[in-house]
Amino acid sequence: MEFEKIRDIIVEQLGVDPEEVTMESSFIDDLGADSLDIVELIMALEEEFDVEIPDEDAEKIKTVGDVVEYLKNLEK
Amino acid sequence: MEKEIKTALVTGGGRGIGKAITLKLAEDGYNVVINYSKSSKDADDTVLEAKKLGVDAYAVKCDISDYKEVEKMIDNIIEKFGHIDVVVNNAGITKDNLILRMSEEDWDNVIDINLKGTFNVIKFVSKYMIKRRKGKIINISSVVGIVGNVGQVNYASSKAGIIGLTKSLAKELASRGITVNAVAPGFIETDMTKILSDSVKSTMINSIPLKRAGKPQDIANVVSFLASNASDYITGQVINVDGGMVM
Repeated sequence: MEFEKIRDIIVEQLGVDPEEVTMESSFIDDLGADSLDIVELIMALEEEFDVEIPDEDAEKIKTVGDVVEYLKNLEK
Repeated sequence: MEKEIKTALVTGGGRGIGKAITLKLAEDGYNVVINYSKSSKDADDTVLEAKKLGVDAYAVKCDISDYKEVEKMIDNIIEKFGHIDVVVNNAGITKDNLILRMSEEDWDNVIDINLKGTFNVIKFVSKYMIKRRKGKIINISSVVGIVGNVGQVNYASSKAGIIGLTKSLAKELASRGITVNAVAPGFIETDMTKILSDSVKSTMINSIPLKRAGKPQDIANVVSFLASNASDYITGQVINVDGGMVM
């Protein structure tokens, strides 16, 4: 699961600069996302990677690193 | 660049108030999609009338109480027109009876079509509107949902539910440039009210300060306003169109 692909989706969904997106960035605190943005982002990721992310897992996703880690675990 | 033509979906758009709304929006220049469940002839006639006004129009059969069918309908419209700018959740039925006589089926049918149907359409349309960061959702409620009515616990509940849905959704989608409003018609001359007895009708008309029943056109005019940019600063509201019946 390459970081760049996920970053591109985040950049597109949240309208942020690619440089702002690091593994440590928090969606809400650093990238200015609101709750609806996160739902949209999760839906975009589900579509792109053809996976289903249940609500209880989605709630735990706070940072870009969480997404990368989560998708990596799904691949296993 | 050619100006993009907006698309409007009107559920139950082939008859009564829905037909008036469809034709008013066609007159305003929207391409219109007329959803119907049973009256295909009415829907087809409305398509022809809309086309005469110089816009593209088509009818789509869909039972809006069916979640999966609604998903297909919305995807189909997106495929055809590329976007949906205005949705008017108008489709509705009545199955009136006093509570002691009201069957479970009467209750379920009315709630399924009027309230769940509205949810279903919004559920699938909002995804596209959120992406575009704009849209107008207009739900047809009823003054009965505000003040209640004998023999209509099912209908009044569905229409009151639409008001709660409208306000909640308005809050959810405001940050995405989407407005959500409801129109609450009073006593309007349609097939739905034609079945009432003359004495019921005259009692109702006497309770209306303007002393007359409304016409479908009266509702269509307000929907036209709520669909236009002129109403951009209005969201989460219920606008009564009832000759002053409820204040």
